[in-house]
Amino acid sequence: MSNNALHIRDLSYRYGERHALNKLNLDIAEGVFFGLLGPNGAGKTTLMSLLTRLLKPASGEISVFDYSLNKHANEAMRHIGVVFQQSTLDLDLSVAQNLEYHGALHGIAPREVRSRIQQELTRFALSDRQHDRVRDLNGGHRRRVELARALLHRPKLLLLDEASAGLDIDTRANLNSHVRALCKQDGIAALWTTHLIEELHNEDQILILHKGQCLAQGQAQTLQNNHNVKDLPALFSQLTRPAA
Amino acid sequence: MNASAYYYCFVGILKREMYRFLQQRSRFLSSLVRPLLWLAVFAAGFRSALGIAIIPPYETYISYEVYIAPGLIGIILLFNGMQSSLSMVYDREMGSMRVLLTSPISRAYLLACKLLATSLVSLFQVYAFVAIARLFDITPPLIGYVYLLPAALLPALMLSALGLFLSSVIRQLENFAGVMNFIVFPMFFLSSALYPLWKMRESNELIYQICAFNPFTHGIELIRFALYGQFNLLAFSVCAMTTLVFLALAILGYDPKHGLLKRKAGAS
Repeated sequence: MSNNALHIRDLSYRYGERHALNKLNLDIAEGVFFGLLGPNGAGKTTLMSLLTRLLKPASGEISVFDYSLNKHANEAMRHIGVVFQQSTLDLDLSVAQNLEYHGALHGIAPREVRSRIQQELTRFALSDRQHDRVRDLNGGHRRRVELARALLHRPKLLLLDEASAGLDIDTRANLNSHVRALCKQDGIAALWTTHLIEELHNEDQILILHKGQCLAQGQAQTLQNNHNVKDLPALFSQLTRPAA
Repeated sequence: MNASAYYYCFVGILKREMYRFLQQRSRFLSSLVRPLLWLAVFAAGFRSALGIAIIPPYETYISYEVYIAPGLIGIILLFNGMQSSLSMVYDREMGSMRVLLTSPISRAYLLACKLLATSLVSLFQVYAFVAIARLFDITPPLIGYVYLLPAALLPALMLSALGLFLSSVIRQLENFAGVMNFIVFPMFFLSSALYPLWKMRESNELIYQICAFNPFTHGIELIRFALYGQFNLLAFSVCAMTTLVFLALAILGYDPKHGLLKRKAGAS
């Protein structure tokens, strides 16, 4: 296995004549928290749909731990955990039932699933809510359940598509630090897409995406130094400003 | 992935459908009320208007209620197939279909499991209906209830496969009214559910041909014959082939390579 959890080369996708993504290149190493920053319509969700095989690339290559998503999709998908922008929990099922279902979709034996559910719910301080219907949980708890679910099959690459959307400031910050802790402690690579600059830190590896184009890629602090700006918002604004 | 992983996957999908079924009691009740209304009201009114000759698999003259019972089982399966399709469009709009599609297990297998699970859940409703139908003197031989299981399962699979295919091509929930008008009602009325095909032939040859071609007719006939301990090979063959065709189309519909999801993702 290479130390690249995710490897993307020349990835393009179009909706009709419009380029949603244009020759995107991206590498994420194991254990790295990678921030993909872009305004609405930048192509973040299209990228997520390509990474989760809901769409097929027009051109380019995606591999996950050296497994091509095109040729060895099932192997590649085993390593991926996903938290989608929109909640994908079954509201009428309990927390545990939602997680059991996910475990089954990954072919994990029920006994093992039950044990992992306990571990993940303990990790996210949700053990006492496991029999509650998801409908009865607040937005923050639902997101934690989704994160617990995404980790249930022990993926080494976590994809989070604007996972903090719709959450209050504290819950957003907690979710963000949870994911950072997972990268540090468990060596999981995370692709965190967002349009909220404050969710990214200066030491993070980032990519700024705008209208399907990569405008900059590298460590946030280095990019700021290279562009002579004092912070990330200034960098973002400089790069995305329409040409005069 | 070993064989046990595939087994756990199927059991997981079946359990989820069961949980949902148990939580949606109103759906269960409404699916029973619909055919029971046909049986108690429509059949009572039509009984005198429609004479039924002795036709296979029946060996004597039968009441109209007895005639339409298999058709009403068909309507349970038809509405369930469309309901599961509706719930898949809803799942897709709500995103939970994405969870299914990001599994490392083959997509064709996942969709086939989903199909089998929804069809098995439909059978609970079928058996509840035939139990109540005994109160209306619809009393096929006991062995008929055993044969009913596989005979109702195949049309259930066929109609769920149709629903699955429709869910892959329907863009949004609002389009479902069109499905009811252009698929469910024509399928039901242009079949042998309410009247025997020979009656239809007497009044209009073209409509008869359409009814005879309609796979739903064959689903009903498979059930009708099974209820009286007989096997209708033609009906079985048509249902089996149609199921495979709809399933293949649904798998294509959910394959990103063939672009049906592509249009929807582009729209979102």
